[in-house]
Amino acid sequence: MSRIDVNKTYKLFIGGTFPRSESGRVYEVKAANKKFLANPALASRKDLRDAVVAAKSAQAGWASATAFNRGQILYRIAEMMQGRADQFTEEIVALEGVTNKVAKLQIEEAIDTWVWYSGWCDKLSTYAGSQNQVAGPFYNFTTPEPLGVVAIFAESKPSLLGAVRTLAPVMAGGNTAVLIASENFPLPAITLGEVLSTSDVPAGVVNILSGKTSELYPWIGSHMEIDGVDVAGLSKRQEDELKLVGADNLKRISRFSTANHPERILSFMEQKTIWHPIGI
Amino acid sequence: MMFDGSQASLRKFLSDLPPVDQVGADARAAMLATRSIKTSSKAWAIDMAISMVDLTTLEGADTPGKVKSLCAKAVRPDPTDLTVPSVGAICVYNDMVKTARAELDLIGGKSIPVAAVATAFPSGRASIEVKKLDTQNAVDAGANEIDMVIDRGAFLSGKLIQVFEEIQIIKHICGDKAHLKVILETGELVTYDNVRKASFLAMLAGADFIKTSTGKVAPAATAPVVLVMLEAVRDYFTMTGKKIGVKPAGGIRTTKDAIKQLVLVNETAGDQWLTPDLFRIGASALLNDLLMQRMKLRTGHYASANYVTID
Amino acid sequence: MSKFEYANAPESKAIANIATNYGLFIGGKFVEPKQGKSFNTINPASEELLAKVGYADKSDIDLAVKSARLAFNKVWSKLPAKERGKYLYRIARILQERAREFAVVETLDNGKPIRESRDTDIPLAAAHFFYHAGWADKLEYAGFGSKPKPLGVVGQIIPWNFPLLMLAWKIAPALATGNTVVLKPAETTPLTALLFAQVCQQAGLPDGVVNIITGDGVTGAALVNHPDINKIAFTGSTDVGKAIARSISATKKTATLELGGKAANLVFEDAAIDEAVEGIVNGIFFNQGHVCCAGSRLVVQESVADELLEKLKKRMSLIRVGDPMDKNTDLGAINSKEQLTKIREISNSGDAEGANRWSPEVKLPAKGYWYPPTIFTGVSQSHRIAREEIFGPVLSVLTFRTPGEAIEKANNTMYGLSAGVWSDKGAKILWAAKQLKAGVIWSNTFNKFDPASPFGGYKESGWGREGGRHGLAGYLSSEAKASK
Repeated sequence: MSRIDVNKTYKLFIGGTFPRSESGRVYEVKAANKKFLANPALASRKDLRDAVVAAKSAQAGWASATAFNRGQILYRIAEMMQGRADQFTEEIVALEGVTNKVAKLQIEEAIDTWVWYSGWCDKLSTYAGSQNQVAGPFYNFTTPEPLGVVAIFAESKPSLLGAVRTLAPVMAGGNTAVLIASENFPLPAITLGEVLSTSDVPAGVVNILSGKTSELYPWIGSHMEIDGVDVAGLSKRQEDELKLVGADNLKRISRFSTANHPERILSFMEQKTIWHPIGI
Repeated sequence: MMFDGSQASLRKFLSDLPPVDQVGADARAAMLATRSIKTSSKAWAIDMAISMVDLTTLEGADTPGKVKSLCAKAVRPDPTDLTVPSVGAICVYNDMVKTARAELDLIGGKSIPVAAVATAFPSGRASIEVKKLDTQNAVDAGANEIDMVIDRGAFLSGKLIQVFEEIQIIKHICGDKAHLKVILETGELVTYDNVRKASFLAMLAGADFIKTSTGKVAPAATAPVVLVMLEAVRDYFTMTGKKIGVKPAGGIRTTKDAIKQLVLVNETAGDQWLTPDLFRIGASALLNDLLMQRMKLRTGHYASANYVTID
Repeated sequence: MSKFEYANAPESKAIANIATNYGLFIGGKFVEPKQGKSFNTINPASEELLAKVGYADKSDIDLAVKSARLAFNKVWSKLPAKERGKYLYRIARILQERAREFAVVETLDNGKPIRESRDTDIPLAAAHFFYHAGWADKLEYAGFGSKPKPLGVVGQIIPWNFPLLMLAWKIAPALATGNTVVLKPAETTPLTALLFAQVCQQAGLPDGVVNIITGDGVTGAALVNHPDINKIAFTGSTDVGKAIARSISATKKTATLELGGKAANLVFEDAAIDEAVEGIVNGIFFNQGHVCCAGSRLVVQESVADELLEKLKKRMSLIRVGDPMDKNTDLGAINSKEQLTKIREISNSGDAEGANRWSPEVKLPAKGYWYPPTIFTGVSQSHRIAREEIFGPVLSVLTFRTPGEAIEKANNTMYGLSAGVWSDKGAKILWAAKQLKAGVIWSNTFNKFDPASPFGGYKESGWGREGGRHGLAGYLSSEAKASK
């Protein structure tokens, strides 16, 4: 008799721990070949609330870490992902129904994305800041700073890359994140949480929820502690509705058309301008 | 009060004073310079400024004749218009004090004080014995006011108590015969923080007036320096209830400059300082410009320099 | 009665040629509004009528947007960037030439002291055009890609507190980046914008590049909702800013929003106290406190609070309130009856909630809208006067014990436009500047503006930046962002 595999329970990732949904709900995720794959947690609005609390409390620490330190941690994530490449391959192949080769390419690109954004962490104010030549005896400079808590609706497919290329820039800018995994292709994003938890990412910096996008996005739109949203995984209609309620606290809401770009980081940063007199 | 006479406590007191932000002080002075003083207020300001002028001659080429003619100007700045007030004082070197006092007394200027510069003016580089004698001579000759210079070298090298004690010694010589004006020579102190510290040091040591400059060093009485000194006398008054005078000297040549000074006084120390007892302007050329502007206001047309006397 | 009373020194009104009627400026010409409606603009210092101004409705806006679109398609987008820049230089020069006239009209229409319109508003407006003129042919070096593209037609809505200056903040970058504009000045202060229309004519600016339509909030909403607008640039209240964000939520339009504030001005015990007092006065009484970035909350370290407040009160007693046209006036008229009512209402809540009000003795003119310089002490974070934007000469004073507490209080607001820090210790200033959640931090100074310096807020104080290199981004299409 052949050995029975020990299957993984796909749970939420909140504040550095892996809880089930407080609601006790799960939903079935099927493979591309329609076979049962897993019962990930079906996050509720209370799970979202907890995730935002975790993200908010981790915010100051992550924002005040040195840019060098943030870069090191993002690079560490790349290293850890490389080590788990096989596991991600399996998940992607099963979920997306692609070949091993295609899945591997996706993983490699995801790893390289971490490396690319890792290198951005300590170059942001050089690239996007300025010293401004004002007409007077003042030293005046502008520097980008983290926005705060950013919610991310990960792209559905490619399932891993779609999570990484939305998450990495948000982290690089010093924000903390609540990532909503793709509803239909959530598993690699959930597994990403396991990578993050072993990559020196402080607890709460990234929180990952799986569940129904349609159930979560109105709560994200109206959550006053969320400062920005990447709506990659939302439909246009959902995006419009989120923008409408998001106006209540003037959320910074973006959707990007290019893959890796510094604007993905800077759209979730604020520019701060500081004046000081020059005198004796 | 806050100071027991030791170097340590003097240093502590002065370093506890709030700092001055140069750019902010410059901006405040520049803003006050935009005040537009017209018609009746201008007429009032011109007469007030005339009564505050310390009419000064401090030249190697000074002679009794020159000093006497300055005295005449001091008593009756405009001989054709007796409504013009007399000036605040005559300011001379100590060897001219006797001449000035006698001349003023002779021509109806008994109430006009004679101020003598002292303590090895303008550099202050002499032994304390020389400075004492310099002062004593002037007081003996009838000086009503002594304009002493501080030892800037000592101040800048941190020997604050030495500067302090020198002022005390000179104050003692002045006694109740002469008012003491202490010249900080702000152009050599350079920073506004130093100006504020030196102002307080001088007031603590017994100055009746603090004065910006000798007139021999540029920059002299710039508006922000005067602003900082006016803040110092205002705050010293709050602390002690004593009113100390301020005398800007050097670089104030036009009526416009003088009125800007009065605006500074009005909006910094307050209008209680708008009296020759508490504010003087050390100048020579200024007086004629004030007289010409006064003529312009009275007659309505621009005046000619030919109508004011040169002295 | 002071010994040294300053006699009246009124600026001459003769230089201001205000017409009795103004139409809308559309397609390079002044035209009558289609419905023939108009409204009055008055001098808030005297309540005298200054002019009747055309009221634009939907059909007028449609005409203005069409004219801007035509100018964008046929002329402005085809013009070499260098030539575009030269038009902006011309405008800057004409503003400098006619500076006094603009200052007088601004003061008459707005109520602000002539010293401020003359020394701040108008020179800065000209400087904005000069600065952005230089960018026009250098955009490929601005860091927004090698071929930055304009957005098209921009709808711009500006407030009444700095009428010409806000116009310059809006029009100069829009034109420099190659957009055309339809601008709506505030209902109570349309005159310098209409005068600016004449400047565009004098500069020979192609017809339709700048269109100026006058009206009220309804007019503004119609402009926001016009389907052929690519972008909205708005400066005004947070409530209206949010309404605009909602209006455009399902459209392709982008927006820059410069909204309200409740800035904290932190004074540490080691500050240069006299300059801090000046900074506090400038922070809240500049422009009657009608400043979105006004330092309306003084947060002072307890150890120096008494000394500072005593000095502040003395200083406030010297503030000269009255005729804005007098060159010596420091605090002019409140811009409108409506605004005065609002200032009174929120300030009265300060009394009701137990804060202590203090104002120097001032004689307010009988006619016009006036409010004395006012401070409230004994204010706590929960008071309305510590939370709501008053937009008037009213300062709330709070105290703190430790630097951490200072930052907490400063950041405890939904706004994040500006903040002030006063300390003589460089390390402390940089520490505080880093902690403060605000787009502009003035350390040892306050209310300084410059075209080269980006301006804009965190949190509910807005979206985007205006001024400097960063301000260009809002008028260029993004390389990386998806357009719907």
